[in-house]
Parts: sequence; C-alpha cells; structure tokens
Amino acid sequence: MKNQSIKKNLDWTCIIIYTALVVMGWLNIYSSSLSSTDGTSDKQLIFIILTIPLIFILLAVDSKFYEKYASIIFIGALILLAGLFLFGKTIAGQRCWYAIGGFTLQPSEFAKAATALALAKYLSDSQINLKDVNRQIQALAIVLLPVFLILPQPDPGSALIYSAFILVLYREGLPSWYVWTGFIAILLFVLTLIFEPIYIILASLLVIFAVYFKSRLGDRNPLASGIIFALISGFVLSVDYVFDNVFKQHHRDRFNILLGKTVDLKGIGYNTNQSEIAIGSGGWIGKGFLEGTQTKGGFVPEQHTDYIFTTVGEEWGFLGSLFVIGLFTGLLLRVIYLAERQKTKFSRVYGYCVAGILFIHFFVNIAMVVGVFPTIGVPLPFFSYGGSGLWGFTILLFIFLKMDANKVNEW
Amino acid sequence: MRKFLLPSLIIIAASLLLIRIFYLQVINDTFKLKSENNAIKIKYDYPERGYIYDRNGKLLVANQASYDIMVIPRELKNIDTLEFCGLLKITKEDYIKKIAKAKVYSPRLPSVFLAQLNKSEFAAFQEKIRKFEGFYFQKRSLRDYEVDFGANVFGGITEVNEKIIEKNKYYKSGDLIGKQGVEQSYEEILRGIKGVKYFQKDKYNREIGSYKNGKFDTIAVQGEDITLSLDAEIQKYGEQLMINKRGGIVAIEPKSGEILALVTAPSYDPSILVGRERSKNYTLLYHDSIAKPLYDRGLLAEYPPGSPFKILTGLIGLQEGVIDEQTSFMCHHGFSYARGRFMKCHGFGPHSLNNGIYNSCNTYFAQVYMRTINKYTKPANAVDIWSKHVRSFGLGSFMGYDLPTGKRGNVPDSKTYKKIYPNGGWRSTTIVSNSIGQGEVLMTPIQLANMMATVANEGYYYTPHIIKKIKGGTIDPKFTEKHETTIDRRFYKPVIQGLFDVYNMGTARSLRVEGIDICGKTGTAENYAKIDGKRVKLEDHSIFVAFAPKDNPKIAIAVMVENGGYGATIAGPIASLMIEKYLRKKISRVDLETRVLNISLRDRYAKLGGMSEASAIETTPKMDNAVIKNAVNAAIKAATKTTTAATVKNTENTTKVDLTSQN
Repeated sequence: MKNQSIKKNLDWTCIIIYTALVVMGWLNIYSSSLSSTDGTSDKQLIFIILTIPLIFILLAVDSKFYEKYASIIFIGALILLAGLFLFGKTIAGQRCWYAIGGFTLQPSEFAKAATALALAKYLSDSQINLKDVNRQIQALAIVLLPVFLILPQPDPGSALIYSAFILVLYREGLPSWYVWTGFIAILLFVLTLIFEPIYIILASLLVIFAVYFKSRLGDRNPLASGIIFALISGFVLSVDYVFDNVFKQHHRDRFNILLGKTVDLKGIGYNTNQSEIAIGSGGWIGKGFLEGTQTKGGFVPEQHTDYIFTTVGEEWGFLGSLFVIGLFTGLLLRVIYLAERQKTKFSRVYGYCVAGILFIHFFVNIAMVVGVFPTIGVPLPFFSYGGSGLWGFTILLFIFLKMDANKVNEW
Repeated sequence: MRKFLLPSLIIIAASLLLIRIFYLQVINDTFKLKSENNAIKIKYDYPERGYIYDRNGKLLVANQASYDIMVIPRELKNIDTLEFCGLLKITKEDYIKKIAKAKVYSPRLPSVFLAQLNKSEFAAFQEKIRKFEGFYFQKRSLRDYEVDFGANVFGGITEVNEKIIEKNKYYKSGDLIGKQGVEQSYEEILRGIKGVKYFQKDKYNREIGSYKNGKFDTIAVQGEDITLSLDAEIQKYGEQLMINKRGGIVAIEPKSGEILALVTAPSYDPSILVGRERSKNYTLLYHDSIAKPLYDRGLLAEYPPGSPFKILTGLIGLQEGVIDEQTSFMCHHGFSYARGRFMKCHGFGPHSLNNGIYNSCNTYFAQVYMRTINKYTKPANAVDIWSKHVRSFGLGSFMGYDLPTGKRGNVPDSKTYKKIYPNGGWRSTTIVSNSIGQGEVLMTPIQLANMMATVANEGYYYTPHIIKKIKGGTIDPKFTEKHETTIDRRFYKPVIQGLFDVYNMGTARSLRVEGIDICGKTGTAENYAKIDGKRVKLEDHSIFVAFAPKDNPKIAIAVMVENGGYGATIAGPIASLMIEKYLRKKISRVDLETRVLNISLRDRYAKLGGMSEASAIETTPKMDNAVIKNAVNAAIKAATKTTTAATVKNTENTTKVDLTSQN
C-alpha cells in the first residue's frame, strides 16, 4: 500500500522533465563523442541505467531518515572531501576524485545534497531566527565548511555553486542587505574590470552624497555614509589589486575575453570562440542530430562535459535551445512551487536548496558556453557526461521528491 | 515577498540566456561561415579541358599533366633532405628557403613547394613520396601545344584574378580560365564543369569523412573538344611568310564565313607560355610595346583600307545608278576635283569600270564617288545612304565573330561630318578621299577579308567565325545566318571581272598562278608616325585583298604588311602564295616563296622604335628563330620537292646568312 501511495503522490511533472533532460543529454553526449573511441556514450548509458536502482532506493528510504541523519550525512560528506587531500586522485590539475577500480568518484557532487540536508536541518529548528547575527554566522558556517574544503582542490566551479545557499537563507529570513551587498559587490567587481578604479570611487562618492542630502535631516548619518564610502573604495581598490596581483594570468584572461579585451582565438579565447561558432552556426532549427560539423570535428573542447550545450545549439538550433532552457526553467519553477507547499520547514528549505543549486548550475554553465560568463568548470545538470554528477543531481532531486510524496501520509 | 526572488531570478536568467542564444544563432550570421571554414573542406575535381582540332581533324592543342609538389609544414616528419633534394634536383638552401616561406604563409595549410613539374621530372619523386611525410602532390592539367603556331588564335589559360572571381561565382582562387583566343570564347565548352567534394574536417584540420555522405557533392563534367575552321597548313604557312614583317593575314571561306587563317606578326610559339617559364616569357611579350607580339593585328589593327575600298565605291556607284559599266572618265595622272585641288593618279587616259579597277585609277573612283554624293541635293543624305551601303558589308561594326578581341573600324556618316565641320559647308569634294579608302574610313584586316568574301559571294556573307564543330553541341546559329548587302547581285559580275583583270593586266599581273583564277586588288595605306616630335610620313602599309577561284570561290583573303610599301610588292605575293597553298597544298613558285620568306623589314621598323626595337629583338630572339627555322625547313622541303638541287643550296645559303644576321 505504501508503495502505491508513493507512486500516486510522486510529482510526475518533475520526473518527466528529469527523464527528458537525461535522455536528451545522452543523445547529445552520443553525438559529441561519436568520433572518439573510448566509449564515452556507452559509459554514460551505464551511469543512466544505474540511476534506476538508485532512484528506487532513494524513494524506498523513509523520508524521516534524511532529516534524522542529515548531520551524519553532512559530516560524512565533509570527511570524504577532506580525505581527498590524502587519497585523492589528480585529474587535469584538480585533486577532486577518488579512484575506485576503473571508475572515479567526485565527492563534491554529493556534498551539495549533504550540505542542503544539513542547512535544512539547521533551519528547521523553530527557534532559529536569521535576524540574529549568531544564527547567521552558524548558518554560513555550514555552507562555508565544504567550500573551504573544495576551493583548494582547486575546484572554484563547485565552490561557486554554494552561493546558491545565500538565496535559500534569504528566503528563510536573512536580512536583505546581504543580498544587496552581494549584488553591489558583483556590480562593483565587473565595473572595476571595465573602468579605472578612480572613476568608480568618484561615482560612488557622488551617489552617497546624493543619497545623504536627499534624505531627511534626522536620517542623515555622516558616520555610516563615511563607512560605506570607505568600504566601497576599499573593495574597488582591492579588486583592482587582487585582479592584477593575486589572480593568475589565465584567470585574468577569462574575464578579459568576456570584456572583449583579449582576442587571442587560438590561445585562451579558443574555447569560447569555438563554443560560440558551434552554437551560432545552428541557426533556427540546427543542423540535425549527428550532423553538427563542429561537433563532428571535435572543435569544442570538453564538449561532452561542460560544453555539452554547444551540441544542443549546433544540432538542434534555437528551437532546441529554447526547448532545453524551457525544460530547466519549468523544472526549477516546479521545484520551488513544490517547496513552497511543503508542510515542514525542513523539506521546504531542502526544496529551496535543490532549486538554488540546480539554478546556479544551469545559469553559470550555459552563460559560460554562450560567452557571457568566465570559463569555469560547472557541469550542466542531467546533461553533462559524468557518473558522479548525474548521481549527485539525481540524489539531490529525488530526496526532495520523496519528501514531497510523503506529504499526505504525514506522521 | 521573499519567495519571489528566486523564481524571478530564474525567469530573468533564462530570458537573458535565450536572448544571447538568439543573437548568436539567428541575428549574427557570421558563425555559419566561420563554422564552414572551420569544419568543411572543399575539394575540386577539375575535368580535363577539351582538345582543339583544325578543320581537317589535325590535333592542335591537347593537355599534359603537370604536378605541383605541396607541403604542409606542420606535418613534416623526419625528412631525409639529402634524398629529397636529390630527387627534385634542388639544393638544400633552396629547400630551407622554400620551407621557411611555406611556414610564413601558414604552418597548417598546404603551400606550393615546387610548381609545374612535368611527368619525367615528377616520376622519380612519385615513387618515394610516401617517405616524405608532410609533402603531397597535386595534379594539374596544362595545355600541350602540338603545333608551334596559332598562339593568337588559341589564346591561353591563366589563373583567374580577383575581378573574375567577383563577377563569376564558378571560379575560385587558383582556378584556370581561358584568356584570349578560342580558349576565352569557348571557355565554358572547353572547360567543362568541375566536380565538388565536401569533407568534414576535425580540429587538427584532418579529413574525417565526407560531409553529409556526399549529399552536396557533384561529379565533374568533362570539357568538350572543339574543331576550329582554321586550316593548320595555311595558318602555319602564313606565319612563316610573315617572318620579319609586321601585319596580319585573314583568310575566310566565303561560302560559310569560316576563318581559314588568322595570322598576326610578329607572333610566338604558344608553348612558351606553359610551365615553369610562363610568367617570365609572358612578361617579355607583354612589355614589348614596339613589336607588340600579343596584339592581334588581324583583328585589331585599324587602317585606312586604301585602294581595295574602290571595290565598294564602284559597287555603290552602280547600285545608285550614277554610272554603268561603260561610263568613263579621263585621267591625266590625276584630276582637279575642285578649284586648286588635285588628286594624283598613276594612270592616264580614259577609264571605265574595268580598267578603273585593274589600274586602280584614283580619278575614276573619285568621280564615281562624287556623282554618288551629288545625286542627292543634300550631301548629308547622300553620305548616309552611302554609309548604309558600306555597312551592309559588315564594316564599321564588330561583326560578332567568335574571338574575344576586335575593333569596330570606322564608316563615316553625316553625323561624323557634322562633328568635323560644325558650321556645315562640306560636300562631295570635301570628303572625296573616302572614294579611294583614304578618308575617314578605317578597316581591320578581318573586315577587309569579309568584304572580299562578300564580293566573292556576289552579295552576301556569313559572320566570320573560327568554330566549325563542337563535340556534342551546335555552333551559334548566328553563324549560319546569311547577311545580304544592299547591292544588287548583277552589279558584282563586272566588278569581279575587273578584280580578275587585276591579275591579267593590272597591278598584280606578276603574281599570277598558273591554273588558278584569282581576283584581287592591291592597296597601299598612307601612315604617319611621330618621330622625335615630328610628324613623319612612313613607308605605306602594303595591302592586298583577293579571292579564288573566280568561279566558285573557296578562299577570300586580306593581307596587310605594315610599312611594306606598294601593295603588289609584299602583301600581293603573300596573298597569292597563301591561295596557292590552300587550293593546291603545294607551291609551284619557289623563287617567289623564297623571296618573300627572305624579305625583312626589320631595318624599317628599327627606325620607328629606335632603341626599343633593339630591346624587342633581345626579348624575343628564341621565338623568332624558332619560326625562322620552320620557314627554312619549309623552304627546303618545298625546294627539294619541286626544284633542282642547285636551288636548294641557294636557299640554304640565303637562310643561313639571314640567321646569322639575326643573331
């Protein structure tokens, strides 16, 4: 009886979109690895088939289990991440894999779900109020712990994903100035790369003056205004300094490409240029399945992993891209909708985490592929080649779907 | 409100991505091209160019294989340079220099390492080519000339330039195209259609298979052979006769308008413009601005026709009814056509049509012309009517023959004279020099020949053409369209009789050929040049027009020799020799032939060009000598066949002397 009710209560919209994305992902991996002989698409097919028992296990586990053991799962994930420093295998300069037999496992792909469970568990305590600075620090600590373990691997792409949790914390009551500060910081960062720091400092001074004299006399606070100005100036100058002195040349180049400053299409600009050519040559309806000339010629590096969307663009055209982006948007909005209707805070927060993580992945990956975000190693969920990634995202999503299916036969 | 942040971000982000993708895929269309450059390699399969035959089926132009050695610098691996250089007979320094040059062009793309090797040069290398990774060869087809004459008729093939590529989508950089001569006029027939194959490339620029399973590939269509109306024998003979002279010969078969010979002198051996030496030789020819070997005098040289034009003056007089055969005029070594104006003439006594023609009496034709003009009250009307008659012979127009160059010539009409005399006041006496071909009338040798063909046909002509047959095709129908003149057929008979009598009793009586009834007309065209800033009258151009046999004409011919003097001295003999050669296949008058072969006008031309003439000789001795040798051989052959050993010796001596004087 229990099984039947799960079947009935499962959100099939999400499952259909999930299946569609995985199948389309595999078709594109098949196309992009057609000329290679190392069996990439066969391996991915095995990974996909193995998700079926995985899903059954995830759905069979009692939903209380996840809440109960969230901390332990989280600690386990942290241990796995830390263990990389001792036992990790280095691939392409990144020490973020465990080698087990012929397969490699990337623990950071699973750590996201674990962190989401931990954060949900922490926030589900009704005593928690995120207006409290101590609580803010504790919540941030949960998010930043894995980040500190991931960054030195180095895997900035995976680390970047954890910014998704800020969005979750905001939903759960984090003061909005955090988000605004983050937004202004990003804006200032980009502006600093484009303009000389002195202009930005002068401009911010003008804005602060304007705000100061526009506000009512009683609200004027010279000290606060001065501190804000000092902070902005400090930030702008340090961005300039960090960019010029701390960043390595290849980091700088990644930004410079986006800003149109570097046009070395054979060197650092090669990836983005080839990626744009592949997508751009797709036109309205694309060149057709297995007909992409850029895909066949293997012009786009890492096409079956981080650049898988170029195959979609080239072979399925704008309509195909629209369809894929539509599916992702649909899935994300559906997950948020489901999260909002959860009866427990735990599952709501967790649902939000799922949406946030998938969103950052989706946006950063495609933005990078179409040349509006610096080159960074972030896979496209359900699409990109890789067992760890696929299973990580499947676990992430299906834990939530299990929670969601459980809503009726509440304890 | 907090719950709306993430959904809003998702929708905004998705929209931004879609806008960017829409820009890349739909708005910006440069990526398609970049993608093609990236991933698709186009290979062309060039069909063999059609052969060119003469009217008797003799092969004139065929093809030869030539090989370009190509190199892709990046792919070079462990080359045994010693062996490599040995096989190609180049030095190691050469090798290093060429590889460096190729690298500068592109390390990834193929460059020509060594161009246009012939079969024997290539054979040894071909066996070992596998050993030299990074090198490969590209076969090309070049023209192989079976004869050493007819360069102006054939034209040549050359690489297309930017202009042609822009105008005609068929041609891509590096393609060959016919330039000048029949290679140009029949380019599309000779060329065929190249086949295209598309290949998918990978990021290392390697081919990894055909593109879309060859869906867009096309198969090459072979070029078709063409048969020219040219008669190789007389073409060759004409070129030999014109050695050391400048000018042109055009021979036409009157009944069909087919061009039998189209000679320009000086000329060159067409094979010097093929292969490794091509550009060097072409430069030499191109810069010879004095002798202009690339200038087809048969088609391009416009001259006042001189006396041959009297034929038309007579015919028009008859047609207009201002004279009949018996009408006669007195000639006193000329006549006074207006107060204080006297036209000189070598004749004396009464002249009617017949002796007017064979004595080439200026007085007679000036009178006929003035009567024609004065028939009408307004000279303007009269000139226009006269002009219409002249034009009906194809004069004053390009005629539409199938060779790419030409000149219109000039036939004046009332408009011409309105321009020259804006205040009016011109009349028959003003323009009387038209009557004897010395006025505003200008003609090219091919127009002269066509005029004779028309007279031979008694009033019609077909547009002259050099094509006889296209394999698997038909020739332009305009060449089988009869053009009638405005002169009644009956008026031709007496004129033809007069032309016949030119040989019997007139200006060409010394040039008679036993057994062939030739009708002809001598001509001389005055000409001037500026030498040291002064206008100097030069030796007249020698002109001769003829057709034969009188009944059932088979050849009409026009010969023009620059500064050759009186018509009967050089042009006349050449015309009669050409006619004999064409109709009889052999020459009975070996003395005449030898004399003509040995006439050299180089001294005369030297005066014209000063120093440049000397340099012209320097630039083209090889070709001239080659032709001279032919001439010598021909003369010897002819002599051995027909005359005694003594003559042979004689011929040899003279030619030897000539040859040494050349060098």
